[in-house]
Amino acid sequence: MIIAEKKPIEEIISTISGYKRLLILGCNECVTVCEAGGKKEVEVLASALRMHFIKEGKECEIDERTLERQCDHEYLEEIRDVVDQYDAILSLACGVGVQFAAEKYHSTPLLPGVNTVCLGANEQRGMWAERCQACGSCVLAATAGICPVSRCAKRVLNGPCGGSTNGKCEINKDLDCAWQLIIDRLKAMDKLDDYEKLATIKDWSSDRAGGPRKVVREDVQV
Amino acid sequence: MSVKTSSKLEKILRAGHLGVTSECGPPRGSDPEAVREKGNLIKDYVDSINVTDNQTSMTRMSSLAACIHLKLMGIEPVLQMVTRDRNRIALQSDILGAASFDINNILCLSGDHQSFGDCAQGQNVHDLDSMQLIQTVRHMRDEGKFLGGDDINRPPDMFVGAAANPFADPFEIRVPRLAKKIAAGVEFIQTQCIYNLDKFEEWMRRLVDKGLHEKVFILAGMTPMKSAGMAKFMKNRVPGMDVPDEIIDRLVGVPKEKQAQEGIDICVESIQRLKEVTGISGFHIMAIEWEEKVPEIVERSGLYPRPEV
Amino acid sequence: MRLKCPANFRIIRLPCTGKLDIIHILRAFEKGADGVYVVGCMEGDCHFNTGNFRARKRVEQAAKILDQIGVGGERVKMYNLSSGEGPLFAEYSIEMDKIIRELGPSPIGTALKKKANAA
Repeated sequence: MIIAEKKPIEEIISTISGYKRLLILGCNECVTVCEAGGKKEVEVLASALRMHFIKEGKECEIDERTLERQCDHEYLEEIRDVVDQYDAILSLACGVGVQFAAEKYHSTPLLPGVNTVCLGANEQRGMWAERCQACGSCVLAATAGICPVSRCAKRVLNGPCGGSTNGKCEINKDLDCAWQLIIDRLKAMDKLDDYEKLATIKDWSSDRAGGPRKVVREDVQV
Repeated sequence: MSVKTSSKLEKILRAGHLGVTSECGPPRGSDPEAVREKGNLIKDYVDSINVTDNQTSMTRMSSLAACIHLKLMGIEPVLQMVTRDRNRIALQSDILGAASFDINNILCLSGDHQSFGDCAQGQNVHDLDSMQLIQTVRHMRDEGKFLGGDDINRPPDMFVGAAANPFADPFEIRVPRLAKKIAAGVEFIQTQCIYNLDKFEEWMRRLVDKGLHEKVFILAGMTPMKSAGMAKFMKNRVPGMDVPDEIIDRLVGVPKEKQAQEGIDICVESIQRLKEVTGISGFHIMAIEWEEKVPEIVERSGLYPRPEV
Repeated sequence: MRLKCPANFRIIRLPCTGKLDIIHILRAFEKGADGVYVVGCMEGDCHFNTGNFRARKRVEQAAKILDQIGVGGERVKMYNLSSGEGPLFAEYSIEMDKIIRELGPSPIGTALKKKANAA
């Protein structure tokens, strides 16, 4: 899923200053699961911001709403009839949701309430970690199911680099060396001989390098 | 193996002599004198001089420019090139730039992560990794073509090297990893600084068993310790470095003012021991900001005078 | 057991402090409360194993938010005691009352009153 992190309240306060009627818009998907932008986070943020304005003696009406998804037309349509009541929408969805809402409601300021961090998994309670960088051409078949693009600080496709120490990355002792994990798994699968297969130069045109990406499926279009 | 390039280093190694290389880090400024001075200190004692490429991610004068300064003095440089800062366009372009000055050696590296340097907030590139850079240079040289497939007018004439760290983890893949670099096309290897000779010799034995020493020239990396403090720092703080306690004890065991000399002695003794090891083709002496000691090390190790080829 | 304790707080009962959410604490402040304290079972004695640990984390999160908006995180506190400790319950309420009196009224309560008077 998409992992996001709440923006500091101080930053949110500075971005919403001047607006008198604000809608805080949560999303019921990824950001709910990673506890950054679901219904509960909307409630807490709304309450905190209301208190801030009361304390400052300023007027700002704050409403709360959480949609099933902010990356789909049909759910975003649900706020069409109320959107004009607001000076701005503070979206707690990932960067995708914020932009999709902005595209739909062209004249309403859309502000992000979270920082979108990565594509990751819930490693343990209260900890989410990156697993994929959406490079657009998956190499996992050749790397024992562990991604060097997202999990190696140098994206080394023929690793490990010389900085791998005790199975950890040179940039951080708490970070697993992706190539150590790959080698461990190759060993467990009795496929260590595969290590000597050279990964050839990667086509990065399906990655960020190729510009904004798009999947078009004419077979499902009606 | 016949000589494939105009590299003096290659000719010396292929003639069966022990090769000697050293390195010089470019200055953090634009004064070419800093490069020339270092070059002058060691030029008669080594076959080629490596020029580091923004080592530890600290921004410095470009490796290519510093190589050109050395080349213009008649010194043979080894252009170090990291994949951290350049994509495949810039890498190929700089290779051609170097080739236009008849720089005949290149060392292909991935580079330290930028978080260690003065631009920790910067992006890294890593379009290619070090093995793919080896493949790229070989492709440009041997096929005379760009990665994109077009012909190169006057292809680069470069002897292709890479680094190897016999001490990095996991140890069991250190030899397979070297085999992989050889498969990518590497012709010479300069190793990480060696202090744990037993472990290094074990690595050498394993690669000789696989016959890899016949496919690549191994230059053993040597860095003299300036002090016990430096030894401790290398042991505890430098990733992938193996400094046995005996080395630290030996340096601690002499008065502070004599530790530097002790460090040189250790270095010379290590070279003398490793000269006898099967598969060793030479030495890469990295006297970090201590280039003036290279002549003494080379002479005392019996590696002087350097052969004429 | 007749124990003296301050009469200026309201008890909100929860089946377990694990039921407590950050929003419950914030709402109390939003309505003008000067302080909130949460009384849970002894740590390690939770019938649901981790209810009171979760509550402590939520109290800490609420305190952080109150700090960030200038209300003051020290106005919210978590206490632990076992069900038989009536005197300790009274003692904690006296302590909390003292802390809040020293801190003075919450700026939210003050602002709300000012607004009500102006209207």
